[in-house]
Amino acid sequence: MSAASETGTPFTLKATGHVARRQRLSRMSRWVLFSATMLAVFVLVYLMQDVVRLGWERLSWDFLTSYPSRRPLDAGLRSSLLGWLWLMGAVIVMAVPLAIGSALFIEEFAPRNWFTELVRLNISNLAGVPSIIYGILGLAVFVRGFDLWGITLFPSLGPTILAGALTLTLMILPMTIIASVEAIRQVPPSIRDGSLALGATQWQTVWHHILPGAIPGIMTGVILAIARAAGETAALIMIGAFAFIAFDNTSLMQSFTTVPIQIYNWTTLPQEGFRVNAAAGIIVLMTLVVGLNLIAVVIREKFRRSW
Amino acid sequence: MLRTKRGGKWALIFGALVSLIAVVAVACGGDDDDAATPTAAGGSGTTPAATPTKAAADKLKDWYASLSGEVRVDGSSTVFPISQAVAEEFSKVARGVRANVALSGTGGGFEKFCRKEIQVSDASRPISQKEKDACAANGIAESDLVEIQVAIDALTVVVNPQNTWATCMTPAQLQKAFQADQGGTPIKWSDLDPKWPNETIQFFFPGSDSGTFDYFKEAIKLRGEKNNEPAHRATGPNATASEDDNVLVRGVEGNKNALGYFGFAYYLNEGRKLKAVAIDGGNGCVEPTFENALSGKYKPLSRPLFIYTTKQLLTERKDVLGFVKFYVDNMEELAADVGYVSLPKDLLAKQQEKVDPFLPAELK
Repeated sequence: MSAASETGTPFTLKATGHVARRQRLSRMSRWVLFSATMLAVFVLVYLMQDVVRLGWERLSWDFLTSYPSRRPLDAGLRSSLLGWLWLMGAVIVMAVPLAIGSALFIEEFAPRNWFTELVRLNISNLAGVPSIIYGILGLAVFVRGFDLWGITLFPSLGPTILAGALTLTLMILPMTIIASVEAIRQVPPSIRDGSLALGATQWQTVWHHILPGAIPGIMTGVILAIARAAGETAALIMIGAFAFIAFDNTSLMQSFTTVPIQIYNWTTLPQEGFRVNAAAGIIVLMTLVVGLNLIAVVIREKFRRSW
Repeated sequence: MLRTKRGGKWALIFGALVSLIAVVAVACGGDDDDAATPTAAGGSGTTPAATPTKAAADKLKDWYASLSGEVRVDGSSTVFPISQAVAEEFSKVARGVRANVALSGTGGGFEKFCRKEIQVSDASRPISQKEKDACAANGIAESDLVEIQVAIDALTVVVNPQNTWATCMTPAQLQKAFQADQGGTPIKWSDLDPKWPNETIQFFFPGSDSGTFDYFKEAIKLRGEKNNEPAHRATGPNATASEDDNVLVRGVEGNKNALGYFGFAYYLNEGRKLKAVAIDGGNGCVEPTFENALSGKYKPLSRPLFIYTTKQLLTERKDVLGFVKFYVDNMEELAADVGYVSLPKDLLAKQQEKVDPFLPAELK
C-alpha cells in the first residue's frame, strides 16, 4: 500500500494475520478459476485457428456442391451435407414432440409413485449411455428389423436416413427429456395453481401457461441435444452410414452419409489434400452448429418472461 | 383469441426450424446444374471408352443413362478405393442409379451380402465355405454366386543394386528385420543371416497411414501386442517413413545397406532401378513378377481382390447389372489409378465374359 502513503492518505487499511490469509486465498481462487476458463477458451481458439488455417483456402461454393471423389480437389460435401440436413430435419421432427410430451407427462400428469420414480431414474441413466451402444441398438432394431417369436415388431429399414434418424432420436431423447423436465419445474407453482383455481383443465393449464413459460429452457436442452446429434459419428458408422454417396438424397428411405462421417472418412486417407478437405469440412460443420445455437438463442429470448 | 395467439407462436417456432432446413437445402441443391456440369465434363475426359466402336459405346452410354435404382456395395476396405472410383465415374454416366459404397471388412460384407442387404460385396479373399453356407441358408445357392476378380494387391521388398547378398528373404527374416527395435538397438544384416555382412540396415517404408503399410504389417505379422505379434518398426535414426514413394526410392538408391518396400504397382512403374528381393514363402524363392503375383505364387506379399454378386441380381436388377458391367469395363484403368495392379488383358476378358451374357440383346 505504498501508493496510498505517497498520495498522503492519512491511514491505510491493511489486513493482517488470519484476514490477510483469507483474502489472499480469495484472490488466488479468482485467478485459478479464471485460468480454468481461459484454458477451455485457449484450446478452442487453438483448434479453430489450426483448422481455419488449413481449410480456409479450400472453402468455396464448389466444395459445398460437389460430390465426394477419389481426387481431393474434386471432392466436396454435397451428398454429406444433404444427408445431414435430411437426418437433422427428421431427428428434430421426431425428437422434439416426443421429448416435450414425455417431460410433460412425467412432471404434470403422472402420479408420484415408485413406478414414475423408476422411469425417471432410467431416463437419467440412459442419458449416460455411450452413443455406440445406441448405434448397435439401431443396427439390430431399425436397420435389420426386430423379430420376436416370429412376429415382426419392427420392419427392416436398411441403412437409411429413417433408421439413422430413429437411432439418433433414441440417443438424444433422455437428455432432452431431462432438460425439459427441469424447465417445466422452473415455472412457479403459483401460475399452475392460479390457472387451476380459475377452473382451467389440466391440459389448458399446461398448454397456455406451463409450456409457454418452459419453452426457453426446453429450447436450450433441445438445441444442446441436437448439436450432439449433429456431430454424431460412431452410432451412424455402426448403422452403415460410412459410405461413398454420389447422389442427392430425395427421401428418408435412401442410403446416406453425413458431414462428420465425411470428415472422418477424409482424415483416414493418406493424401494431404484430403486433410485440407477435412479441415474445410470442420469449418462448415462448426458454422452449422453455431447457426443452430443462434436459432436457439433467438427463440429463448423471444419467449423469455419473468414472473 | 388467446388460443390462436399461442398457436401462432408455436407455428412460428416450427416454421423457423423447417424454413432453416429448407433454405439451406435449397441453397445446396439450387446449384444443381451449374455444379454438376463441370464435374461431369471433367470426369468424362478421364472415363475410358468402354467399347471399341463408337456406336456401341454410345448405345452403352444411353443404356447406362436409362437405368434407375439403388445399388449398395459393402465389404473390404482394401477394395473400397476401387469400388469408390467405379461408383464415382458410374454416377456420372448413370445419373438415375444411386450407387453407394460402404466398408465393413470382407467378412462384414459377405454377412450383409448373404442377408441380401447389399447387391455387391467387396472382398480381399475368396468367399469361405462357412460364408457360402450362410448364403445358402438365405436362398443364395453356391452356383448362383458370381465372383469377379478386379485387381491384385501386392508389394515389393527392395534393396540397393549394390546389395549382392540379400537376393531372397523369408517372411520370418522380414519380420525380424521390420519388428520394432528392442530398446532402440539397430539391426544388422548378419542378425538375419550369419553369412551376410556385419553392417547396420537402413530402413525405408511407407507412412503408417498408407494401405501398403497396413498390408505389410498384416502379411508379415507385425500387428503388435494385441495380436501377440511384434509391432512394426517406427521411424528413427536408421528408419525413414514417407507417404511419397519417390522419397523411398531415392533413399534405397543412395544407401548400400537399405531395405525397403512399397506397392507393387509403383515398383513396376518407377522402382525398376532398385533390386527386388525374391520371397521364400515356403516353396522356394519367388521373384515379384506380374505373373507370380497373378498366379498367387508370390506369397505372402500378394493377394487377388474380388467383388461378388449373384446371377439372380444380374438377371433381375438392371441397375446392378449396369454397375457391374461398368466395373469390369473400367476397372483396368481405375484400379491402377488408385494404386493397385490391374489384371492382364486375358484375365480381364475372362471377367467381362462373366457379365456379358446378362446384357440385353441390343448391347451384346
